[in-house]
Amino acid sequence: MRGVRGVMREWFDPTALRRIGTTPDYRFSLANERTFLAWIRTGLALIAGGLAVAQFLPELRFPYLREALAVVLMIYGGAVALRALNHWVKCERAMRLGEDLPESRFPAGLAISVVLGAVLLIAVVVAEGFDR
Amino acid sequence: MTGPTPARDPGLQPERTRLAWRRTVLASTVVALLAVRLVLLRPTPLAGVAGTMLLAGWITLLVLSGRRASTLAAPVPPPLGRAVPVLALVTVGFAGAGLALVATP
Repeated sequence: MRGVRGVMREWFDPTALRRIGTTPDYRFSLANERTFLAWIRTGLALIAGGLAVAQFLPELRFPYLREALAVVLMIYGGAVALRALNHWVKCERAMRLGEDLPESRFPAGLAISVVLGAVLLIAVVVAEGFDR
Repeated sequence: MTGPTPARDPGLQPERTRLAWRRTVLASTVVALLAVRLVLLRPTPLAGVAGTMLLAGWITLLVLSGRRASTLAAPVPPPLGRAVPVLALVTVGFAGAGLALVATP
């Protein structure tokens, strides 16, 4: 098992990865790079969503719900970016060693959180509608 | 891994990767514009610091993407190195700057 220091080192010095295993076909590395970029865009979209909620959503009946929503979205965005980095490192390492690509529950967790958030928002919107 | 290097990848992988970088820069531009709007609405000293951080991060992404576009033009593009952690950290920095902008009165 690699320790926290080993993981940190791989995160911040990916060139160290080049010392293990063999370099795969460059097209596989480019595919991993595009997957990483797609996750980064997912994180950026969550952050943009948080910033948009903070300035374009009208004040809700529940105090600070709007701000809480914005904060949660931006924390998710940052977490997705860190996970993108970790996933890129794991995939690169697996490809260099000829191992299976890593499995992850992260996409499922993210999807469930988005669904829960949407259901909560629908409930809030409906409650506000009855208020009028 | 021997043999002649193909002149052009029929799957257009370098081009797709270059376009993925461009989309990422575009997404970060949206984040930067939304944040700048918040800074202008609430111009506090903290907001100024957050806005400056955001602009620095955005310029870093522009530079990274430009550099990667030139290395992708090689017949066999080299693997990514430190651009990966830098891009991830800039995104985390965007989140932090956004939190500072939203969570302060």
